[in-house]
Amino acid sequence: MMAAQNAAQEQHLIEVKNLHKTFGDNHVLKGIDNYIAKGEKVVVMGPSGSGKSTYLRCLNLLESPDPGSHIWFDGQELTSDKVDINKIREHMGMVFQHFNLFPNMTVRKNITLAPLRTGLMKQEEADAEAERLLTRVGLLDKADAYPSSLSGGQKQRIAIVRALAMHPKVMLFDEPTSALDPEMVGEVLEVMRELADDGMTMAIVTHEMGFAREVASRVLFMADGYVMEEGTPEKVFGAPESPRLKDFLSKVL
Amino acid sequence: MTLKEQFIVSFIDNDRWLLLLKGLRVSFTVMLGALLLGIIIGILVAVIRTSYDQQRQGKKKSWWLTALNGLMKIYVTVIRGTPMMVQLLIMGFVVFAASRNLVMIAILTLGINSGAYVSETIRSGIMSIDPGQMEAGRSLGMKYPTVMKDIIIPQAIKNILPALGNEMITLFKDTSLVTVIGLADITKVAVQIQAKTYQALMPLVGIAIVYLLCVMIMTWLLGKLERRLRKSDRR
Repeated sequence: MMAAQNAAQEQHLIEVKNLHKTFGDNHVLKGIDNYIAKGEKVVVMGPSGSGKSTYLRCLNLLESPDPGSHIWFDGQELTSDKVDINKIREHMGMVFQHFNLFPNMTVRKNITLAPLRTGLMKQEEADAEAERLLTRVGLLDKADAYPSSLSGGQKQRIAIVRALAMHPKVMLFDEPTSALDPEMVGEVLEVMRELADDGMTMAIVTHEMGFAREVASRVLFMADGYVMEEGTPEKVFGAPESPRLKDFLSKVL
Repeated sequence: MTLKEQFIVSFIDNDRWLLLLKGLRVSFTVMLGALLLGIIIGILVAVIRTSYDQQRQGKKKSWWLTALNGLMKIYVTVIRGTPMMVQLLIMGFVVFAASRNLVMIAILTLGINSGAYVSETIRSGIMSIDPGQMEAGRSLGMKYPTVMKDIIIPQAIKNILPALGNEMITLFKDTSLVTVIGLADITKVAVQIQAKTYQALMPLVGIAIVYLLCVMIMTWLLGKLERRLRKSDRR
């Protein structure tokens, strides 16, 4: 039993058992058992208030799960008292709906700050890495600009680069395109698509159904704090079982 | 005596204007020293109090943060609840009764006093920063103090710069109180001139005008600074 669980955890980069989260009287997550395997691209969707963002934010402990919940990352239990959460987060990139770039720093400084402060890289290394990544997303000319001079799409691409500079093992995307003007959604999804093609492990909360269908290896449908249905995009979009999912798809597709 | 004679006795004879100028320099030294000390203390107190408030719910509160936070609350309450003049007298004649370094005592007292007020200003500045900034910093693996120092505090200070400017002006006027510990600031010099010449009008109204001019110049400079900051925000 123990050995079987260990083996499963080795394949699964993230393992979630009995995850509950309450805010005051509000029971947002009502027991989630799930996983993210290495190289998987998991898309989480569901109506607003279903707990999908909270689920994602629990994975790197931006929200602390209720007692009795268990999350493992790379074989280490995050929900144990002894864990050094900063060390774990160095390996988990996160991209936010509202970008959250640091407005008091240039783009270059935004990207190099964390690798420098966590001791992952030296100054020259970090600068070189920032330039390599900026070139990759076509924004090298913005290296010395301040975030306030960038468009939404550019900001989000920089935010992705900032997370990638830490060489994470998994990238968490919390509605990365929801705050963007429609014409800028494409450029951000393009970067995410390339990332997926490179084999990055990704968990993505999104309303972009086309993107989910194309990129996801597994889709989770959440409602009322539960994972109601999951499977390949073909199954979830093509042959939905629960009435809730059918109802949801009829509204968004 | 005519006004002209009064003026000459009060300011020109024995180069008394030179003494006043020296006094003004002392006032400015105390103001700048106290402002610096006040901001340093204010940041420390504000960070301790916000990190106490921002502890993750569901986790056990750390006992040393609770203790520190209690200490900071006492500090702010005591300083804000007692007159600055009394604080000066206690520092000058009780705590540092043996010291003759009056400038140091004045800076220390006014700085500690100002820190209690500035800490609340800085705390509101920190609260005004989008929580997403802290989340983004922490999600990259940086520790809480690192994110505070590199990301939150610089933005908070920029937001509250106008309020800090007002604090500077208040401090400048409050430096006149250091007269009670015997420090020769510009007010003390004026009182000394009055004692020597038996003329009160010129020295006292004179320094009032000096204080007013200094405050007006500082206000004007702060206005310029504020406009420039607002422009850089719109960039």
